[in-house]
Amino acid sequence: MTVLATYVPRDSPVHRLPAGVKLTGLVLAGLGTVLLGRWWQSLLLLACVAGLYGVARLTWRCLAVQLRAVALLVAAIGVLQIVVAGWERAVVTCGNLLALVALAALVSLTTRTDDLIEVVVRGSGPLRRFGVEPERVGLLVSLGIRSVPVVARLAGEVRDAQLARGAATRPVAFLVPLVVRSLRHADRVGEALIARGVDD
Amino acid sequence: MPVIQFDGVGHAYPTSAGGATTVLREVTVRLTEHRVGIIGGNGSGKSTFARMLNALVVPSTGRVTVDGLDTARDARAIRRRVGFCFTDPDAQIVMPTVQEDLAFSLRRHGLPKPEVARRVEAALELYGLAPYRSQPAHLLSGGQKQLLALAAVLITEPSLVVMDEPTTLLDLANARTVRDLVAGMEPQVVLVTHHLDLLDGFDRVLVFDAGRVVCDGAPVDATAHYRALVLP
Repeated sequence: MTVLATYVPRDSPVHRLPAGVKLTGLVLAGLGTVLLGRWWQSLLLLACVAGLYGVARLTWRCLAVQLRAVALLVAAIGVLQIVVAGWERAVVTCGNLLALVALAALVSLTTRTDDLIEVVVRGSGPLRRFGVEPERVGLLVSLGIRSVPVVARLAGEVRDAQLARGAATRPVAFLVPLVVRSLRHADRVGEALIARGVDD
Repeated sequence: MPVIQFDGVGHAYPTSAGGATTVLREVTVRLTEHRVGIIGGNGSGKSTFARMLNALVVPSTGRVTVDGLDTARDARAIRRRVGFCFTDPDAQIVMPTVQEDLAFSLRRHGLPKPEVARRVEAALELYGLAPYRSQPAHLLSGGQKQLLALAAVLITEPSLVVMDEPTTLLDLANARTVRDLVAGMEPQVVLVTHHLDLLDGFDRVLVFDAGRVVCDGAPVDATAHYRALVLP
């Protein structure tokens, strides 16, 4: 199991839902959280999302991995909220954040990328009149998803190379080679896309 | 087999200083064999030569044709016939999961969804990728990634497959898997490599040096020439 939420095949009602319905549900849930003002409402939302993981026949570990990725950030926000606005507000903010992150991950875990991209392509259809090619928008989304682990690997390699050479871990010394290697990778991907007929 | 024709082909890349670095000089060659190997030192021009077969690089001078199609004019038609396998599979795999990447290869063919699914399933079985069908590509081993990259090329049923150092990042076992796969390939193959044992059974091998073909013959003769060239 990795932090990056990618499709996990299961035979479940959540998996069978059309990608468009799931994405719309995610957007509505995001908008709906602004209506939640009580701490118990946020905890209830979080419990409902956790329940959806059960309906989707995904393990609790799966949910924990998704939440662990943002745990530090949410903890920091929580501490700040306690100091500034009190514990109830902190529970509302952190609960909503965790619920939305878990829900977004649930969409990724239960939907094939192909289906997600199809929705993106359909949704971008009206932009065609402004010169936007919906297929390219879909391709951009898939490339974005695919690039996350690649850039993470490149970052690991840069860090390891610096540690091996005893270099100090200054941000600039880390970022410059990472950006250069990422751009080189982007060049190679562009060449591979042409070779695979994306220009057709 | 497709006929590959290079007529007086030269190529130079512009440099940041405003000059140009010549990587190919007056290459004239006609390739009709089933398996053709390309060897040479770093910077000898072999990768540029390979890229010209897929119209990824268009010659500065001269003319390259594949099956009578000019790479400078008919790039799209050529890419439908010529598959290209890169050294680094991570650059070539563009979709998050194995089966999605195989399906991506067929998108330009305008096939109905059930037919795409059938072909993908057949490819997964054929190349031993079925156990990893829904697995994220980044979790595959180096050998599995290269196998996926190769399968993504072969699923389009190209008449020519160009491979640019496909075993450079692989261990011995995975390199052998790729070698066996190449040996059983139906389409014409042009393979650029530093692993000379991959060329066993090839019909013809070209040796590049400083942008020129300095030897053209059977694998035994060509590899002997190459060894003498780089290890005098």
